[in-house]
Amino acid sequence: MPWTKFLIDKTEPGFDEHADQEDRKLTFSEAMREGLDQSLARDENVYVMGQGVDDPSGMFGITVDLHKQYGSERVFDTPLSENGLTGIAVGSAIAGMRPVYLHNRPDFLMLAMDQIINHAAKWSYMFGGQSTVPLVIMAVIGRGWGSAAQHSQSLHGLFMHIPGLRLVMPSTAYDAKGLLTASIADNNPVIFIMHRWLFKHSSFVPEELYSIPLGKGVVRRKGKDVTIVAISYMVIEAMRAAEELEKDGYDVEIIDSRTLLPLDEEIILDSIKKTGRLIVADTDWVTAGASAEISAMVADKGFEYLKMPIKRVGWPNSHVPGSYVLEEAFYPGVDDIVSSVKEIVK
Amino acid sequence: MDITEIDKATLINLYSVISRIRKVQLRIEELYHQDNMKTPVHLCLGQEAIAATICENLTKQDYVFSNHRGHGHYLAKGGDLNAMIAELHCKETGCSKGRGGSMHLIDLSVGLMGSSSIVSGGIPLAVGVAFSSACKKDGLISVVFFGDAASEEGVLHESMNFAAVKKLPVLFVCENNFYSVFSHQTTRQLVTDITARPKAFGIPTYKADGRDVIDAYLKSKQAIEVVRGGQGPAFIECKAYRWRGHAGAGDELKDKYRKLDEWDEWMNCCPLQKYETLLLDNNILTDKIIDTVNSQIDVEINKAFDFANESPLPRKDELEKYLYG
Repeated sequence: MPWTKFLIDKTEPGFDEHADQEDRKLTFSEAMREGLDQSLARDENVYVMGQGVDDPSGMFGITVDLHKQYGSERVFDTPLSENGLTGIAVGSAIAGMRPVYLHNRPDFLMLAMDQIINHAAKWSYMFGGQSTVPLVIMAVIGRGWGSAAQHSQSLHGLFMHIPGLRLVMPSTAYDAKGLLTASIADNNPVIFIMHRWLFKHSSFVPEELYSIPLGKGVVRRKGKDVTIVAISYMVIEAMRAAEELEKDGYDVEIIDSRTLLPLDEEIILDSIKKTGRLIVADTDWVTAGASAEISAMVADKGFEYLKMPIKRVGWPNSHVPGSYVLEEAFYPGVDDIVSSVKEIVK
Repeated sequence: MDITEIDKATLINLYSVISRIRKVQLRIEELYHQDNMKTPVHLCLGQEAIAATICENLTKQDYVFSNHRGHGHYLAKGGDLNAMIAELHCKETGCSKGRGGSMHLIDLSVGLMGSSSIVSGGIPLAVGVAFSSACKKDGLISVVFFGDAASEEGVLHESMNFAAVKKLPVLFVCENNFYSVFSHQTTRQLVTDITARPKAFGIPTYKADGRDVIDAYLKSKQAIEVVRGGQGPAFIECKAYRWRGHAGAGDELKDKYRKLDEWDEWMNCCPLQKYETLLLDNNILTDKIIDTVNSQIDVEINKAFDFANESPLPRKDELEKYLYG
């Protein structure tokens, strides 16, 4: 069996089993680096490219020194030609390679939308499944320190709209490595979006290469009053909010979607059956975004379970500001989640 | 450029390939009004010799990426005619299982990797396949066909730069037919010598007359030898005339956007006719061989249309099949 199948078929350990694993904690970026390292070692068709992947800081630590281990033919810096390089990655994937293309920010993916949407996402379908595009495109959402409108966007809502793509947004170090492995093993184009503020978080990460299936969410915290579906960094904010709410007697259930394409609808609907209430917390605009899609899915398939209107915690319809004062006004967080919960749980 | 530089078998094969593309295009055009081919066709009449001469210099395994005007590339590379005509009839037996249509032809068994209908879209894909070949050291080269308007797209420049800096085995083939839908090249480009662009990236360039089979074959051969030699990419511009409108049969509006003298000059120089005369004059072909070749092609085309007409349509319950690989 090819390794790509073998890894996908492996059963994942449940998240809660890791709480007692104190011996091997890695940060998010260390876990990503380990996953890339092991994927490069496992399959010579895997290669890593992107602006600055071989520089001393190694893409926030994700790629540091990999070029020394695997050579500049497999880990290399690229010209700033996002659309061209995406197409080149797609072409090499069609020919059997497994490229991983890193970007500092999702904002730069806007320069590559033709190759992502018109080519990568459609290549299998347009040719009746004869050709596949095993490609991973990564980007890191920025936030704060005046990063402003063009260096802080999340933009995953745009990709969630497109059939043929996978969309992955991990929130823990354990998930980052497991979902990375699954993404590289997948035969389809995967948009893999990470949040900069997660990079210092650490959790148990097994040393061996393992894989978390795409399309499986996870319950981060069990509760019975309200379901919060949280995406990426908003998982952290939701966990903090839940601790605060617990003091006031609110019992919050938190689901980490992990992947948005495919979306684990079942885990969300099962939770709402129990709680009857939904809040979606996202790192993106609420308008026509992932939070809108998840809300619509629940309204469509789980309306009978809902006791109260769905609430969304996400970005207001404004661009990300530069000034820290305005940043504070812009970004939703713990307080917004707490007040949303109190609004619908009486 | 001299016909004696090319062996007889190659000369005859080129005739057969060009005539076959011509005949397939004419048959599609003849039957298009019946509306059985419910897909926008972009005929390559007048440009057949470019696809034929480039592909004649390739191996079966070498890679080719095509574009919306791709019938000639598909056939010249050896793509299956039945599957192409079935695809134009939107049938399940089509080369893309009825999911692609006329602008998305593929035949992986002969290295025809697919066709993008986004102008310039296939260019980086071909460079990517060449990158793969360079990594695997498989000795294959990659070729991409595109038109003059693709030289206006940024992605061509991005792709040429990367191919040059990494010395990748890719041939860029620009078929300059002067028109982007109704717009002449001179309304879109100040510098109309398209080879000025690849030169800026340090890529060796060639220019060929797409009406002249001998010239196009020998220039292609030179360009492909450079690419195969491992020195990096090459670029060839082949000029030919788009005999028909941008899409569909005929060119009803031609008097409204083309210049009469330009039209007369190019239409009076048919690449196939010119080549046929040359082969007859040099005793490479006889009228009898020409008749035999062409009647075999006619039989094959008849069979392909029968195959397409008799083939099943895709099933509606398989709408979402093939979205993911």
